[in-house]
Amino acid sequence: MSYFVESLRQLLGLKPVKPTPEQIPIPVQAIYKEKRKTPLTREALHAVEAGHARSANRHKWRNRRWITLIVVNLLFVLSYVLDVQLVEGALTASRVIGFHLADLNSALQVTLAYKHIVVNLLIGTLTVLVLWILLGGRTFCSWVCPYHLVAEWAESLHLWLAKRGWAIDIQFHRTVRAVFYVIFALLALLTGYTVFETISPTGILSRALIYGPGLALLWILALLAFEVLLSRRAWCRYVCPIGITYGLVGVISPLRVQYNMRSCHHEGDCRKICMVPHVLDVTIRGRAQGLTTDIGADCTRCGLCVDICPTGSLSYTFKGLEKAL
Amino acid sequence: MKEKPNAQPKTKPKPKRKTKKLREQGRREFLRSTALLVGMVGASLVGLIPLIGQANARLRPPGALKDRLDEQEFLSACIKCGQCVQVCPVEAIKLADINDGVGLGVPYIEARDQACDFSCDGLQCVLACPTGALTHDIDYPAETRMGFARLARPCRCLAVRGQPFKGAARGTDHPALLRFESVDRWNPIRLAEHPFDLPLCDLCVRLCPIEIRIAQCEAGTPPSGDPNQCPPLHAIRMQPMPDGRTATPVVEDGCVGCGVCEMVCPAEPAAIVVDIHRSADFQ
Repeated sequence: MSYFVESLRQLLGLKPVKPTPEQIPIPVQAIYKEKRKTPLTREALHAVEAGHARSANRHKWRNRRWITLIVVNLLFVLSYVLDVQLVEGALTASRVIGFHLADLNSALQVTLAYKHIVVNLLIGTLTVLVLWILLGGRTFCSWVCPYHLVAEWAESLHLWLAKRGWAIDIQFHRTVRAVFYVIFALLALLTGYTVFETISPTGILSRALIYGPGLALLWILALLAFEVLLSRRAWCRYVCPIGITYGLVGVISPLRVQYNMRSCHHEGDCRKICMVPHVLDVTIRGRAQGLTTDIGADCTRCGLCVDICPTGSLSYTFKGLEKAL
Repeated sequence: MKEKPNAQPKTKPKPKRKTKKLREQGRREFLRSTALLVGMVGASLVGLIPLIGQANARLRPPGALKDRLDEQEFLSACIKCGQCVQVCPVEAIKLADINDGVGLGVPYIEARDQACDFSCDGLQCVLACPTGALTHDIDYPAETRMGFARLARPCRCLAVRGQPFKGAARGTDHPALLRFESVDRWNPIRLAEHPFDLPLCDLCVRLCPIEIRIAQCEAGTPPSGDPNQCPPLHAIRMQPMPDGRTATPVVEDGCVGCGVCEMVCPAEPAAIVVDIHRSADFQ
């Protein structure tokens, strides 16, 4: 139960709970104690990191994810350009070999604005809901959303500039994203227009890829410029309601990233590269409440932490199928 | 990656009472977040501006709800996926850009460039629409209400001027497509590939998809052999003038506003245009 509560708290932007010493089970406490007794020197840690950095699997999940994201979006594009009618439509709504699919957030916005239950939309929404319950909810963000990919590249640029002092990272309170969610829902309901879709970079980019570029790309450029110069990953971290919608789906998803505290060096490499680092607060020394902990639903299952962890303490898991995998 | 000692959140337990510095930090974070909120919501609300004076009103695809005048409901129901764009055989449908505000990604038709000629017969865009923004309540071209044609510039109309027309309706390099059943039942061809030689120009009547269907039905050969395809009312006719030399196109109640007349009109600018603020049901 605490996984659900903790996931929802994090989606709402609240700080992850810090366990009191009494809440940490004895075996976990023993491992923390053992680690304190034989602390890892900085040199030893660097050696471990350097060794991992040379390994062939260093970008395994990132590469798989980028390929998936590009292939999915390319399917939409090629299907239209070559007129093979395999995947018709855009990310907001589509037909895949004739089956309706609808983006959960777009369907929600349309339903709130239009105030009708549309059967085709309902079918498409339920299909997509089941799909993302199985695949992890915010997996949509990092494995499908085209804005995520360009924002990821912009993030590299941001970090490069920030290291030289040419860019800053303004941080906002993460609860602001939940407030955005409520406001955009209310705007759709009250104005009768899907106001959010006008600024949604996911929809704009998906349509630009399929139907050709337009002036709307200037908005994407403005967002990227803001992220590069002023605030790291600002749209995905603090604004995007699509992330909350899929995050809520992810709460009941069995596909999660799992943390094993036993082998962890607590050096924090994972938190440095993570887009939503609060979900990894459990990797801070003294935060784990079990030998293994599932990372909360705000996690996009992007796998960057799995890739970078020098000790393999983070891995994908599918609840209920651990033994089969 | 090098480890920076001060880059990580502190693990030391915080004092129970917030210090003045922490309170100040919290206040600033609140103000920053509020600014972000106001900025982004403000940006999204800019999208409502084009609605003022219907600056983003456009000719919409068939079945934009029951009537094209349901513009508000149409905009709210559209999920902006472009499936209607993909199925249109004459590629008449385009998606609006961000200058349409909340109309971004919503389909429209630029009739003068490429009108909807119903060459799909079955209203493919309506069938493709996942949200019913193009309503499934209509099945046949004659049931659509996209707008209403109007002879906006009679002085330019070749028939009014008593002039013949010879050649391609819009010139030989115009890309517009139109289906000519006599040429190909299923595939539209370029308008430029079908020249005319008319003693008095009557292209708007001759090429009207509703009039073509009525003629087929009168000949006992309704499209696809389906008598339901037969339009109940005429859309346009050529009214001869008493001088016996000139004529005037007269739009009738069967007009659905598809825009073919506007597309094929050889006058520049077009003498006949589709009025998007009217329809056969709302004169």
